[in-house]
Order: sequence, then C-alpha cells, then structure tokens
Amino acid sequence: MTNGDTTEPLLAAHQLVKAHGRTPALRGASVELRAGEILAVTGASGSGKSTLLHCLAGIVRPDGGSVTYAGQRLDRLPEKRLSELRRTDFGVVFQFGQLIPELTALDNVALPLMLAGAGRAEARARAAEWLERFGVLGQEDLRPGEMSGGQAQRAALARALVTGPKAVFADEPTGALDSLAGEQVMTALAHTAREAGTAVLLVTHDAQVAAYADREIQLRDGVVAPAEVTA
Amino acid sequence: MSSMSTRHILLGLLASGPSHGYDLKRRHDERFPQARPLAYGQVYTTLQRLVRDGLAEVEGTESDGGPERTAYRTTEEGTRELTRWAAQIAPPAPFVTNEIFAKVVVSILSGGDPAAYLRAQRAAHMARMRELTAVKTAPGADLATVLSADYALNHLDADLRWMTTTAARLTTLTAEVDAA
Ligand SMILES: Nc1ncnc2c1ncn2[C@@H]1O[C@H](COP(=O)(O)OP(=O)(O)OP(=O)(O)O)[C@@H](O)[C@H]1O
Ligand SMILES: [Mg+2]
Repeated sequence: MTNGDTTEPLLAAHQLVKAHGRTPALRGASVELRAGEILAVTGASGSGKSTLLHCLAGIVRPDGGSVTYAGQRLDRLPEKRLSELRRTDFGVVFQFGQLIPELTALDNVALPLMLAGAGRAEARARAAEWLERFGVLGQEDLRPGEMSGGQAQRAALARALVTGPKAVFADEPTGALDSLAGEQVMTALAHTAREAGTAVLLVTHDAQVAAYADREIQLRDGVVAPAEVTA
Repeated sequence: MSSMSTRHILLGLLASGPSHGYDLKRRHDERFPQARPLAYGQVYTTLQRLVRDGLAEVEGTESDGGPERTAYRTTEEGTRELTRWAAQIAPPAPFVTNEIFAKVVVSILSGGDPAAYLRAQRAAHMARMRELTAVKTAPGADLATVLSADYALNHLDADLRWMTTTAARLTTLTAEVDAA
C-alpha cells in the first residue's frame, strides 16, 4: 500500500462495519499499519475516527469485517485473550482522558507496569522518565482533577507508552495542548516510533500534528477516502 | 514590494557592521534558510539604490590580490529608516488574492471539479508539511531553520483549514442542489 512496501502489516483492518444503535459509524473502512509507522487519521467530526481506533485497538468489536494483528484475528479473540493482548501489546490514549481520578499522575503512569509485574519502585522510576519526556515532570503528585487538560493529556500519553507497546492508539492526543507543548509531545512520540519501532495510529484534526506522521488517511462518512496521487 | 523588503533586509544585515555584497548574500541565505536565495545581481543593485538614497555608503574597497570588493556601511538615515520599517505594521491581508482561492472560484464558475482539485491540493500541502516537519525536528536544526519552517507550516495549515471548510461547503451546496 505504501510505496510498494512488501513487509506484512502489523495491524490490518478490512472492510470494517460498525453501527452505534442505528447510527452507522463505519461503512467498510480498510486500513493497514506497519511496525514503526505513524499513520494519521483525519476527517470531519463524526466521520468515524474514534470508532475506527476503538475497533483497531480491540476495544470495540466491529459488526462486520476483520481486524488482524500479528497474524491473528482480533475480532474473533475471546474477551480474556483480547484484554490480555491489549495490556501487553497496545497503548491507548482516549479522546476524553480516562486517567484514574484517585491516583496521582505518577501512579497513573506506573500502574500499567505494576499490572505487568514490575515492582513499585521500578515502575515509579520509569513512569517519572516518561512524564519528563512529555514535559510534565513536577506535576507527578497531582491527581487528574488537579491537572490542567494539557497536563492530563500528556500523563495519558506517558501511560500509553510506558510499557513499550508494539502499537499505540492515540485519539486527539494534542487536542488540549498549545503549539509548543504539542510539538514536544509529537517529537517524543515520533522518536519512540522510530527508535522502538512502535506503530502509532494518530487520530487528529490538526494538520500540523498529522505532518509528524508518515502518511495520512482521511475518513469520510465511515469509509477511507481514496489516496490522492501527488505529482 | 519584494525589492522594498530586500532593501530593509540588507539594511538589517548592515546594522551589525560593514559588509560587502557577497558576504551580505551569504548571511541573508543563512538567516532566511527556506527563502529563495538572493541573486548576487540583486544584492548589488539594491546596495547601489541604498547608496543613491543616502541609506548606505561605501566604506572602502579592498582587493587582497583578487577581484576588487566594495564594503558598504549603513548611514544614520539608514538606521532611522530601518527602525521605522521594523516597527511599522504590515497591512493585514489588504487584498484577498491567492492561487488556490482563484482556482477554486474559477473552477466553480466554469463548472469544473473544485472538490477533486481541493483533495489533490490537500495531499500536496500535507506532503510539504511532512517535509518541513522533518526539517524542523532534525537533530541540530538551528533557530533560523526552525522559525522559517514554523512560519511555512502555519501558513500551509491556514490554507488547509480554508480548503477543508470550502470542501465541506461545496458538499453541503451540492446536497442542497441535489435535494431541490
Ligand atoms: N456511543 C455512541 N452511541 C451512539 N452513537 C455514537 C456513539 N459513538 C459514536 N457514535 C456515532 O458514530 C458516528 C462516528 O462517531 P466517532 O466518534 O467515531 O466520530 P469521530 O470521527 O471520532 O468524531 P470527532 O472528530 O467528533 O471525535 C457519529 O455519527 C456518532 O454520532
Ligand atoms: Mg472522535
């Protein structure tokens, strides 16, 4: 799909269909994501970006079509295996935050490591590194209710990346950030993708953020618009 | 218009001390890394006009055994003119003229396919924005490079936002016409 690249995609969705009640959100969307690739997903509000991200990340099961991750059909995986895989291989940043309100920023980021078996001290040390990379060190003792929107967003990104996932799904991760903070976050994210080979699905309506990606797909009414050929 | 800003840019470069033409060209191209490089001929004619208008004067000529090189320095009047220009507000978009805008309007008037044009232009804009982002975030990028890439990125982004809104308006209009 991309410049004759023949390597197997890490993640491939084929002809995804999904409705929320009677509202169609995806109507045959297909997309491929390779290891180390940053893919920007843009499109109008309501075009199905978040729904696509949720289907790819195994959070929502599609009504039709397939999602294949590293050779296995995610959409057919039993719930227990699916949540295990999400924990070990995926990192997700939701469009509307979802940090745990009772925990500090540091403990929110350290939690996924501890769930994966790391000791508390080590988990907290690594969590602090990630908070620093995203420019929110110094706010590690704040709880989500005491953080600014942009601080919470960066803590959520740190939490998604701290376990070294193979794929990160980020839904508007810079929506609450000013341009310099957004640049810092995107530079760190792009660096991680390049260095660690993490695949990143990046939903954004901001073209300057999408410009950090290797390529862009646009959703229109639940389908992927055909790619334009640039002369 | 562009010769006016070249005048002031050269005056600005002369503000840090006397310089000859080649040196000014080189420093210009360093300070404005993504701009079209200044032609040496343009530097030379602009310097002569600055001298004619009393804003710069000849400092001296050296040859070093090689070809003769004339060094220029700014005058008091030149310094005043530079200060005036630097503080003067640039007129905010006094005329709305732009190639993309013109193409869309002409395409609508002539029954063309503005939506297809807008999609292709968006892809080209995004490709250029990816290039500029890579330039800006490359390790060791200097401040002049970062500032000029930022400037270009923000302007391309503004184009894109207008293009996205226009594409959506066209869809709505078409839907209304189809429904009627
Ligand atoms: N939980 C839900 N219940 C009912 N309808 C939903 C739900 N989530 C999404 N939808 C609908 O599905 C469609 C796609 O929504 P989705 O959230 O995927 O869009 P989006 O592209 O992410 O939009 P935005 O840019 O506003 O975040 C919309 O029409 C929306 O109203
Ligand atoms: Mg959304």
